[in-house]
This record gives sequence, structure tokens and C-alpha cells, in this order.
Amino acid sequence: MTILTFSLLLLAGAYLAGLVGSLTGLGGGVVIIPLLTLVFHVDIRYAIGAALLASIANSSGAASAYVKEGITNIRLGMFLEIATTVGAVVGALIAVYTPTNTIAILFGSILLFSAAMTLRKKNEEALLVGSTFANRLKLNNSYPTKEGEVSYHLRNVGAGFSIMTIAGIFSGLLGIGSGALKVLAMDSTMHIPFKVSTTTSNFMIGVTAAASAVVYLQRGYMDAGIAFPVVLGVLGGALTGSKLLPKMDVRVLKYIFCSAIAFVAVEMIFNGYNHKF
Amino acid sequence: MKKIISKKLLADQDIEQFIGLQLRFGVLFSSLIVLAGGVVYLLQSGSLALPQYQLFIGERAGLTTSREIWHSAIAFKPRAIIELGVVVLIATPILRIFFSLIGFILEKDRLYIGITLIVLSVMMISIFGGLKV
Repeated sequence: MTILTFSLLLLAGAYLAGLVGSLTGLGGGVVIIPLLTLVFHVDIRYAIGAALLASIANSSGAASAYVKEGITNIRLGMFLEIATTVGAVVGALIAVYTPTNTIAILFGSILLFSAAMTLRKKNEEALLVGSTFANRLKLNNSYPTKEGEVSYHLRNVGAGFSIMTIAGIFSGLLGIGSGALKVLAMDSTMHIPFKVSTTTSNFMIGVTAAASAVVYLQRGYMDAGIAFPVVLGVLGGALTGSKLLPKMDVRVLKYIFCSAIAFVAVEMIFNGYNHKF
Repeated sequence: MKKIISKKLLADQDIEQFIGLQLRFGVLFSSLIVLAGGVVYLLQSGSLALPQYQLFIGERAGLTTSREIWHSAIAFKPRAIIELGVVVLIATPILRIFFSLIGFILEKDRLYIGITLIVLSVMMISIFGGLKV
């Protein structure tokens, strides 16, 4: 294969990854790693570097729209970023000592978990009374809905913070946004309405990914020849996705995509178990 | 009292608008650099055989420090131009933390000035700490 064919094929693949990633809310990173390793037989370390870039591009691109609408809780995001950035740096550091096959197995497991999380029932109810800790940290806020501003309160801040640290570690170790873990912390544990939790999670992914990306960049994980089709393709796909999203019913797509992801996850785990990475 | 609240809300929204714009321009700017580098890269070496990506070379491939990337990029080396775009992309969310810090300083929110400074220092440790191990 020449560089030109590889770049064009990868560009098309990354475009689809960005498109489906933004339509289902899973992000482009989770598709990029299996695409590069299973289809193009690229070393998983290059794939992780590229996936981190895809996560940053995706997050920053989408966050710019959500922040403007005033749904994102910037204070909550900033507070939880302490947990995710520390976790991300720790994750990037232990990645060096982790065998690539173990990383592949971990990645597959997180993928299965993310697919299951995408299909679960979402928390739409706003909590009326929060914990004193949430009050003191000024984490309670309001967000615009069709029926006007709805204010919400938080609880279990400590538990949410701990899950965020784990999300950060996985993000640094595997190069993904770990949006599913972030939403689990905010949605299920801290009882934040899902619209706020998904946009705030997305807002945080860029900073979390950047924290480990600088470590990976210095270690040579980010190859220019892989980075350029991935960044451009994912961005283009995410842009199309954000235009299509309000116009389509993504429920069926979510089921198809989650089954496909589960299949890919099992293959990653199987290959990792058989030391093929 | 009412006036103070609306004033505070205004500052909050202004900084949010600004952060939204900054993120958008950061991504746009970096993707343009990456695109330019990618086009030159394909024109120069598009017909060459693909590097052995199944083998991880890592740091020995070069272009792992900002100085090295910058010097090769202004020498118009396509791979370095792409990496420069990559650096701008990574810098975009980091710059966002700086702007949030300014926002919290304008609002005189001491608690969040502190929290933002913690996040910033984690970032700085990650960048300058030489965490290559």
C-alpha cells in the first residue's frame, strides 16, 4: 500500500468514525483504535495517540456549540477536571509499563461497558435538594429547556469525584474520552440531568485528553502520517453528525452501532488474550 | 441586589461565549495547519510505500519536542507542519483553562480561581515535568 491510498482510506474511515461517534454520543476515539489496529494493523500505541487527538478535536468542536447554549456547567467541569487530569497523567505514566495485549483487553472491556451505557435509561429529572458540599462548591446550577430554565442540585460529590479519577486513568491509559464513565459519575451518582451531564462530560474530555496527550506526544506516539487523516476525517464526520442529529431518530442507529461495537470489543479482547498486539 | 446579580450573570455569559469562540477557532486553526501539512506530505511522498506502522518506533522517529517541531516546520518539512497542527490542537483545551481562570478572576470567585489553578498546575507538570519515564 502506498502512503496516498492509506491516507485516503484512513480519511474515509475516520470520517465515518466521527459521524457515528457524534450521532451516538460515544465519540470518535472508540472507533479509531479498532479501525487502526484491526483493519490497518497499526501498532496500538500509534492508535492510542491518534485516538487522543480525535477525542480533543471532537470535544472542542462540539463543546463550542454547547457552551454557547449555556447547558454546560463550567464550574462543575472545572472542579471535576482536577480528578480527570490527575487520573489522565497517572494513566499515561502506567501505560508505559502495561503490555499492549493488556491494553487491548482493557480497551475491549471499556468498549462493552460504553455500549451498554449508551443504551440505558437516562436521568432527566432535576434534583431539588442537593448536598451541603455541592452547595459550598457552587455546583448547583440551571439549564435552558423548552419549558424554560430548570434548576438542579447535586449530591454524592465525593463518589462522583472518585469515579472521575478512574475515568481519567482509563482515558490516559487507552487514549479515549471515557465519556461513558464520566456520564456514569454525573448522571447516576451525582444525579445531574443527562443533557447537562453529557455536555459537561464532552466539555471535560478535551482537557482530560490534552493532559495525557502532551505525555504521549513527547514519547512519539503521535505519528504525523496517521494523525492528519484521523484529525481531518473525525472533525468532518463530527461536523456532519451535528448537522444531522436534530433531524434524525438515532435510536435504531444506536442499537446497530452498539451491537457492532460489542462485536469489535470481543475481537479486541480475544486478540489481546491471544497476544496478537 | 438585583443589579449585582444581573451583572454577574452577564460576566458569566460573556466568558462562556468567549470560551466557545476560542475552542472553535482553535480547532479550525489547527485543522487548517494539519490540512496544509497533509497536502504537502502527500504531494512529496504520497507514492512511497507505507512506513511499517505495525512496528512502534516511538521517540527515535523524532519530532517529539516543541522546539524540534517548530524548527522543522518553518523549514517546510511536511511531517513537522502536521505535528505543529497537532500541538495547536492539544493547546486548544489548555488555553481554555487559562481563559476560564481570567473569567473567575473577573468574577472574584476565589474558590474557583484556586480550583482552576490546581488544574493548570497538573497540566504544567504534564507538559514540563519531563514525564517521559
